[in-house]
Amino acid sequence: MTNPMHDEHHDHLGSKMGMWLFIFTELFLFGGLFLVYAIFRSKYGEDFHHAAEELNVFIGTLNTVVLLISSMTVAMSISAIQKGDSGRAIRLLLLTIVLALVFMVNKYFEWGHKFEFKLYPGSPVLGNLPKGELLFFGLYFMMTGLHALHVVIGCVLLGITIPKIAKKQITSERYTFHENAGLYWHLVDFIWIFLFPMMYLIT
Amino acid sequence: MEKHHISSYTSHGIVLTVLLTLTALSVTIAELHLGAISVAVALLVASIKGTTVLTYFMHLKYESTFFKVMVAGVFAMYALIIIFTFFDYIFR
Amino acid sequence: MSTSETHAQVSYLEHQGKYKGILGWLTSTDHKRIALLYMYSMLVFFSVSAILGLLMTIEKAAPGQDIMTAQQYNGFFTIHGVIMIFIIVIPGLAAVFGNFALPIMIGARDVAFPKLNLFSWYLYIIGAILGVLSQFAGDGPPDTGWTFYVPYSAESSTNVIFALTAAFVLGFSSILTGLNFIVTIHRMRAPGMTFFKMPLFPWSLYATAWIQLLATPIIGITLLMVIAERVLHIGFFDPALGGDPVLFQHLFWIYSHPAVYIMILPAMGVVTEIFPTFSQKPVFGYGAIAISSLAIAFVGYFVWGHHMFTSGISYWSRWFFSFLTFIVAIPSAIKVFNWVSTMYGGSIDMKPPLLYAISFIFLFMIGGFTGLTLGSLATNIQLHDTSFVVAHFHYIIFGGMGFAFFAGIHYWYPKIYGRMYSNRWAYIGWGFLFTGFNLLYFPQFIIGIQGMPRRYFDYLPEFQWGHFLSLIGAIILLSGFIIMVSNLIYHRRKGAIAPANPWKGVTLEWQIPSPPPVENFDEIPTITRKPYFFGKD
Repeated sequence: MTNPMHDEHHDHLGSKMGMWLFIFTELFLFGGLFLVYAIFRSKYGEDFHHAAEELNVFIGTLNTVVLLISSMTVAMSISAIQKGDSGRAIRLLLLTIVLALVFMVNKYFEWGHKFEFKLYPGSPVLGNLPKGELLFFGLYFMMTGLHALHVVIGCVLLGITIPKIAKKQITSERYTFHENAGLYWHLVDFIWIFLFPMMYLIT
Repeated sequence: MEKHHISSYTSHGIVLTVLLTLTALSVTIAELHLGAISVAVALLVASIKGTTVLTYFMHLKYESTFFKVMVAGVFAMYALIIIFTFFDYIFR
Repeated sequence: MSTSETHAQVSYLEHQGKYKGILGWLTSTDHKRIALLYMYSMLVFFSVSAILGLLMTIEKAAPGQDIMTAQQYNGFFTIHGVIMIFIIVIPGLAAVFGNFALPIMIGARDVAFPKLNLFSWYLYIIGAILGVLSQFAGDGPPDTGWTFYVPYSAESSTNVIFALTAAFVLGFSSILTGLNFIVTIHRMRAPGMTFFKMPLFPWSLYATAWIQLLATPIIGITLLMVIAERVLHIGFFDPALGGDPVLFQHLFWIYSHPAVYIMILPAMGVVTEIFPTFSQKPVFGYGAIAISSLAIAFVGYFVWGHHMFTSGISYWSRWFFSFLTFIVAIPSAIKVFNWVSTMYGGSIDMKPPLLYAISFIFLFMIGGFTGLTLGSLATNIQLHDTSFVVAHFHYIIFGGMGFAFFAGIHYWYPKIYGRMYSNRWAYIGWGFLFTGFNLLYFPQFIIGIQGMPRRYFDYLPEFQWGHFLSLIGAIILLSGFIIMVSNLIYHRRKGAIAPANPWKGVTLEWQIPSPPPVENFDEIPTITRKPYFFGKD
């Protein structure tokens, strides 16, 4: 009530701009880690090569496919809401969240596998590896961990979107929140697109 | 509310197909063990995929010029950070 | 609950929202109230940190241990630095005057995201409290210095994690403020106000906001990496585990050098508003000042390496960063020329805001020139980590940003509170502050050149004269601060009623009542002229 003007002056473009600016900060947050990766990779090329072979390319590829599909379903759900088809928008969002869960379950097994072989930060096994491999696993856990955290945040955002659609707070006339949640989800996908070759493929 | 471009479901499907194909390509190339250039190829493919996501899924194609300039500028800034940091590591 | 018509003219100070009293302030999304929330919290933390500074000066008044142990001294300079940098000067001018004046100056009713704005303040308070808690929780106050250099920050047994988390949270708050300002400036300018009809303080905030947005995440991830190093023993920066301590310095300064511009750009913006008003003359070289803000922001982003000349970075890297450091002096100098030219031939009215603004130029120039001394490779080796550096950045941060803050508060005070302060006490306060400041920091230049290292709690007897003068200066400075603040606090309720436009200013904030009504404008003005139009060209 302090500011009755805000509702009338709902600014779709302004909110979207704000989301993009936030995405930039997220990119720079990961950018710091990518920089560290680049420096150490140039320093310990061989070790990174060996360590990367420990990772399971199949799981990595599977997760890439899962995230790419989920990115598409989010984009489709926005098309659906723009066309006024809220039922389909909700179904597509639910599908996205299911795919995110598949991603996280895969991740869980992957990490669990590493822990089984005592390949976790601070473990004695890891400590005996060459320094470059040690750093690779440090980066692996830090980067995929931070990324997984963003998957969770993205899921929460999408999860908030669904009841908003159901309650008609998000409609074909007004879907800023939905679009911004979608942008965030694409960011999660975008970062993974770079993480995947850096961790799994550059062997 | 201003008129917005609505992407069709089919176009999203096409974009996904492109992304999946590029992923398959990237994995296949990695299996070939091309040595030094495999890094460059992997990053190149990733950049194409990333650009595709930005352009179509994130709707950058249909945004105003300002948004495009902003995104390009941010990536340019990041590239400069990498280059200037490597200025130290390359010549050390 | 009243309708918007009836409360349109109620001032933001008296406006009665959903909650009364202090709760009304803590839940208000009004940009003017949030600005004051920032200012009051900063006053509290600044006082704490200033007293820590005074205690350090007392300790150094005579050689040997006087009032504290070496370990306590380490804790003191760390928390003094953390508070002053992360809690006072980085949010500083942008959060207080940016929040207060930016929406009004561009003809908006509020910032783009008012709730996010309030959220930023809460993050700020959480971060600040974490910073203070680090002093008491765990195994003693952190002793790494505000720079958190590894490997020591990864090994120190003190409570470093709290301080790191505090800096992380404060950084997040700073990012959100920057984000808010960029969208506000892009989307909420009054009709007719193009970018080049916008006053220059918003311009400087715009440049600042981009640095806040693009530099802060880097320190965020760096601090997380240090935390990971301490908790999980990942060795990013530990040579024993293959890591590289110099890499930490790169990452740290990629943020922390631009952070200097986060502090100084809004300061430049504030004095740019003051010079035309008190000269009653359009600002000289509007375009040059506007563009030089962006230039400083951009080039300033890429000079971080000049903090690392003695850290063993490559020859070409040193050459390059030194070169860029000299380049960044050019847009700064352009601004100084423009300010002086603005005053030239104007009808100068030496009111307290102008006096503070002029001393800003004086002190900033000393800070700037000594910065060039440090930025050139040969002299840097002699001066690195001496008290010369300490004097240099206090001239920039306190002499620059601090005096600009004082100039700003004396300038906008009538608008903020609708009252006038006593000019006489403002002049007296200025006299103490200016004298005390120079007496405190100038000797540090000299003993620094002679070899007095920074962050040492003990020293050779030949440096005593300098430290003793500093102590006298510190006492005078603190007295000046108390005089200034008392003057402002006392007249907040007791001062003469301020007219809407006591300084004959021409920017939009002077066209609305003092203090401003809740939503600033009855009707959003339409802008047809360039800013700074004093009725003659």
